[in-house]
Amino acid sequence: MSKFYLEFEKPVQELDNKIIELELSNDPNQSDINSIQKLKEKRFGLIEKNYSGLSRWQRVQLARHPNRPYSLDYINFFSPEFIELHGDRYFMDDPAVVSGLGKLGDKKVAFIGQQKGRNTKENLHRNFGMMRPEGYRKALRIMKLAEKFNLPVITFMDTIGAYPGIGAEERGQGEAIARNLLEMSGLRVPIVSVVIGEGASGGALGIGVCDRMLMLENTWYSVISPEGCASILYRDAKKADDAAEALKPTPKDLMEIGICDRIISEPNGGAHRDFVAAANELKSALLDELEQLSKIVPEDFLENRIQKYDKLGYFQENA
Amino acid sequence: MSWFKRKDKKFKDPEKKSIPDGLWDKCPSCDEILYRPELEKNLSVCHHCEHHFRVAPQVYVDLLLDKSSETHLYQNLESKDFLKFKAVKKYTDQIVTAKTKTGEKDAIKVYDGKINGESVVLGIMNFRFIGGSMGSVVGEAVSRAIQKAIKDKVPFLLVCASGGARMQEGAISLMQLAKTSTQLAKFAKNGGLYIPILTDPTTGGVTASYGMLGDVILAEPGALIGFAGPRVIKQTIGQDLPKGFQRSEFLLEKGFIDHIVSRSEMKEKISTLISLLT
Ligand SMILES: [Zn+2]
Repeated sequence: MSKFYLEFEKPVQELDNKIIELELSNDPNQSDINSIQKLKEKRFGLIEKNYSGLSRWQRVQLARHPNRPYSLDYINFFSPEFIELHGDRYFMDDPAVVSGLGKLGDKKVAFIGQQKGRNTKENLHRNFGMMRPEGYRKALRIMKLAEKFNLPVITFMDTIGAYPGIGAEERGQGEAIARNLLEMSGLRVPIVSVVIGEGASGGALGIGVCDRMLMLENTWYSVISPEGCASILYRDAKKADDAAEALKPTPKDLMEIGICDRIISEPNGGAHRDFVAAANELKSALLDELEQLSKIVPEDFLENRIQKYDKLGYFQENA
Repeated sequence: MSWFKRKDKKFKDPEKKSIPDGLWDKCPSCDEILYRPELEKNLSVCHHCEHHFRVAPQVYVDLLLDKSSETHLYQNLESKDFLKFKAVKKYTDQIVTAKTKTGEKDAIKVYDGKINGESVVLGIMNFRFIGGSMGSVVGEAVSRAIQKAIKDKVPFLLVCASGGARMQEGAISLMQLAKTSTQLAKFAKNGGLYIPILTDPTTGGVTASYGMLGDVILAEPGALIGFAGPRVIKQTIGQDLPKGFQRSEFLLEKGFIDHIVSRSEMKEKISTLISLLT
């Protein structure tokens, strides 16, 4: 897919183009090489400056950047031996979520990830990463498989929500998500969840009950998308930027209120500008988390998760 | 995962439909004019068409619990505007308005009491309090109620009525789904009996968590029950929804609830279920 630039990435685009132009010239001389070097330094500085003060809405846009790595990019990078396992055994296979077995370093793991498409055709197939009940049931089946064979589960969240359709409702979208929340609460193996792009509503949480909650730097996670919130509480879908500010859905916001346990920093300019660096950063964080979780005995997972989620509420209680 | 202002006449707050003198109500289902004292005597169920009007939590206390057996629990829990959330309205103002309107502190009340002599923990949600939305208070109250049911080894009943998670609490409202579900996992593991009673409407986050996790799931007739709201689905697919879609009878047919129970027989049916299962 060709490179896509968001509005606030445009100044970077100009430098990218100049650098590529010089690099592609047939016989770059010393002065060309010097200018390339200078331009790269300039680009680095520009990105640092522009991206240090991103608004929440801009971060939401980065999280859904069309060039951003998706679940399968990470999974295939981590695990060349990955074998995808399909279907919920009741109705169908939901391509909006991929699941299967593979490795992270030397560790055998189960991967489950919401999967968007790179183009219209892929997106129609993947349903834009919006899962149906079958997707949640497939994910649960793989989690139970992982539990049986004592493999930790790694889930990647990247969805604007569960699919709101007639069939999805008929086949129990609510029940499917609820069932996953219950079963994941008591799963007797470690679960690490990572928001790699967008994480909205029960649609994301349906694969996101975990022991450790990680977020890549340019992602968001909330009860609803900024657009959805805007159309309901602002009665104007165009107020998404205001809604993003109000919802406070960025990794930093969620660290402050205790939902996010760890932020994975992304390469200068975002994961899409250097996928290998981003993937390696994520891999080492995941290995570190799995190492720590490997010390927990199976009987303790439920109680640990109860304690983890019990803290996530803010209220007052005056006698 | 959200509560909506419904424009559709079916979903209108029934109180707004009252005829000016305040003694008459129009049934939104069959359009009959109903004399309010009589309607209330009939548990706010239309005697022409069985339409179940939305009612205040106290109605379920009187309906389900043995007289004077109840203790109101966790009644000092109150919401906090920890995000300083402001859209068209400020969250703090919405809380104040809802408290004034309902005389309640939040969208749920929890009791312990007896049903035909059997001890239970009973939670009752209130749709009139910011759309029955589930924020930190609802999550905490449900969570404590389950812990109490575990400790006392009694059944847990929960009358659900909710538009979903409370957006004004951002991602924390979403976490209430997980918080309550982890407690239910423990309750189930300990052999506890949990019966949700879904009333109009039960949508969004409540359906995607404790609404659908009962050992036996009951619903009042005609209640709207679903994950996505009808408006969102309609917008997404760009066509009208089938008649009766996402109503109790539809969910029964599709296999997602066990039994539809009218208000007048609710206590006896629940009591029977408890006696058969415990
Ligand atoms: Zn009627």
